[in-house]
Amino acid sequence: MAKIELTRNPFIKNALKSRYPQLAVFIVMLVGYIFAILAGLIGTSVGSHNFSIVFVWIAWWAILILVAVPFFGRGWCAVCPIPLPGEWLQRGAVLSPPDKKPKWLNLRVPKMFRNIWLQNISFLLLALFSSVLLTTPNITGIVLAAMLFAAIGLSTIFERRSFCRYLCPVGGFIGLYSQTAPIELRVKDKQVCVKCEGKPCYNGSQAGYGCPWDVFPGGLTKNTYCGLCMECIRTCPHDNIAINLRPFSADLAKPSTRMDEAFKSFIMLGSAMIYAGVLLGPWGAFKNAAYNVGTGAWFLYAIIFLAIIFVILPGLFTLGILPTKSTLPLKQRFASLSTALIPLGLLFWVAFSLSFVLTNASYILAALSDPLGLGWNLFGTANTTWQPMLTSLLAPAQTLALVGGLIWSARTAQKAANEIKISSIPVIAFCFITTLVMLWLLL
Amino acid sequence: MKRSELLSRILITVTIVGAIGTPLFIWARTPLIHASVAEDGGWNPDTIQAHIGVPLHLKLTSDDVVHGFAVGQIDMQSVDVLPGKVTDLTLTFDKPGIYTFFCTRWCGLNHWRMRGTIEVSGSPSEPEPATVPMYVTLNLDIDVLHDSPVVPKQTPSAIRGQELITNSPILRSSNYYRSHSPYQVFDDLSDTSLTESQRWDVVAYLWRSNTSKDSFANGKQLYTQNCAACHGENGSGDGVFADDLTAAGEASMQTMTGADDMMMQSPVDFTNPVRMLGASPALLQGKILRGGMGTGMPMWGSIFTEEQIWDLIAYIYSFQFEYQQ
Repeated sequence: MAKIELTRNPFIKNALKSRYPQLAVFIVMLVGYIFAILAGLIGTSVGSHNFSIVFVWIAWWAILILVAVPFFGRGWCAVCPIPLPGEWLQRGAVLSPPDKKPKWLNLRVPKMFRNIWLQNISFLLLALFSSVLLTTPNITGIVLAAMLFAAIGLSTIFERRSFCRYLCPVGGFIGLYSQTAPIELRVKDKQVCVKCEGKPCYNGSQAGYGCPWDVFPGGLTKNTYCGLCMECIRTCPHDNIAINLRPFSADLAKPSTRMDEAFKSFIMLGSAMIYAGVLLGPWGAFKNAAYNVGTGAWFLYAIIFLAIIFVILPGLFTLGILPTKSTLPLKQRFASLSTALIPLGLLFWVAFSLSFVLTNASYILAALSDPLGLGWNLFGTANTTWQPMLTSLLAPAQTLALVGGLIWSARTAQKAANEIKISSIPVIAFCFITTLVMLWLLL
Repeated sequence: MKRSELLSRILITVTIVGAIGTPLFIWARTPLIHASVAEDGGWNPDTIQAHIGVPLHLKLTSDDVVHGFAVGQIDMQSVDVLPGKVTDLTLTFDKPGIYTFFCTRWCGLNHWRMRGTIEVSGSPSEPEPATVPMYVTLNLDIDVLHDSPVVPKQTPSAIRGQELITNSPILRSSNYYRSHSPYQVFDDLSDTSLTESQRWDVVAYLWRSNTSKDSFANGKQLYTQNCAACHGENGSGDGVFADDLTAAGEASMQTMTGADDMMMQSPVDFTNPVRMLGASPALLQGKILRGGMGTGMPMWGSIFTEEQIWDLIAYIYSFQFEYQQ
């Protein structure tokens, strides 16, 4: 399937080039985000009736993992409100062109942190506390506020969106999975970029800011680190930036060679499996251990969690690819072949999320009318009773997602293995076994 | 500064201040009474001020599980307090005093600790003299053992007893019934020609005749709502909280000097004839009114009216006697 350039459409192009539509969305998102923080802190402590829990962990999560990431890649990052206050502070402006002299420290992030290891750690930190975080409004409020203030703080110290690029716990996996999305931002002609003087897309100009994501669009080959902020569309003096529709998983044809990204695949795959077991499974002892943060049982849970992600899954994967004949070092084979786990991980998360989103979606209507639990009935839906939705479709949909993910990953494994000329069978076998485990956990 | 920049900044500032200020303002003007299990604080606030004749509007919400709300000593239906929902309630008091409000749902092990007070101020139209409970006028020590030295071989039957009853007006008086234990009445009947079994049947009849159908039904309802969680639906001391109460009581006593002498007791077994047939209604009145006795028994004096306590006692004795065929 050939690419379709969406920015050929004048309406789309103008909507993206103008700052006003994006600003309008930003303001709505920021107000929603601040309201979620406030709801978490002052609203009812009953999670299922608090806006912060219901709209962040049910509504937002459903949109993110079931729609935004699979179909729009980093589409969420394009409208995420978290970096905005920091970015406005950093720039000293909302719309006006940047000053030549930076207003704050504007340091470059140290090289040792210019990877996604910090994002891996921040995601794992949230994951280990997730049973409490996902059910306790004031913890959710505090975490949301902490992310906002961390983004503001980092914006005053480092250049560009350092929080989004290197620390955001969500940004890491969105970037990883955005490689599968059927949408991309790319340059139309690389030669134009080569010849372009001043590279305003990266360095900024009177038309706009240099790439907030610290990416040179002319070198983009994957979606991973492009935040779809559309700044380069505004700054490119040659109209050389395009938003394209493309086949799914186009980026996966170029396997990664980075260990931070490889381990991100294992973190996401393992987390989905652990969540399916702990949050949806019938084992009360696991649930209690995950919930009772700080107790001996929780520490044991944390050790098992980390062991599955960092030892058991990568260990089994390595054992599988160890016998494959190749001149490439094992580390490189490991990183390249782990690309195959990206579609599988994404669909593990889709299957897992379907369970709790469909089970809890009816809370959205009640929380919409009474977001703080103060007895309001803004839209007449405050007394909507809890009822799982589409229960008859759940198991078939989950099975379809998991089997689809397996086939997609097997195909990706074949391509990645061909690229480095080794057998794909161990990786496919690994995917098959993990899919069976996930099917058992969910169904 | 360009006009668009200025307008954007104003718009952002206004919307953010609105997003924070509006909910904060409304939240501050919505005083909620929060209910949570006693381990997490119970009622908050737990003291409410009111004035006689002035409607008191309450907004109740639960922060954890389903609770119930009722005020003792007044005629009101309890209301449910649901997690994350708000229950509106209006009360009007016609007498000053300190009223106790309490949870009416078995919300947890320390459910009975979920209490608060409503302080109603104002002058009463007609001052009411305080009544002294019967167990006080009889000078009963409600903490001493009161075992019955003799117990019946079969469950005493009020039906059989009715056919044997003598016409003694003393036996039929409510004061006599309330101030005597079943064993004491059994003993008082020792100079009659009745057999032991027949004397117990007469006792059963006397106990039944001192309650009405409505009082008995009311006592049963009160028992089911308030007592069965610990004492069990069938009165045998095996309510859903019984084991946990005993374990929690023992654990709390471990750190105390002389713990062995003060071990927390299990909820009383009302089917045990040794204990029950040695207790007079007045003695049980004292236990219910005051609670304690080294157990987790709550104090009900601030919640039940005197009439409700007599109704409850009448029902509790039904675990010893057959009232119907």
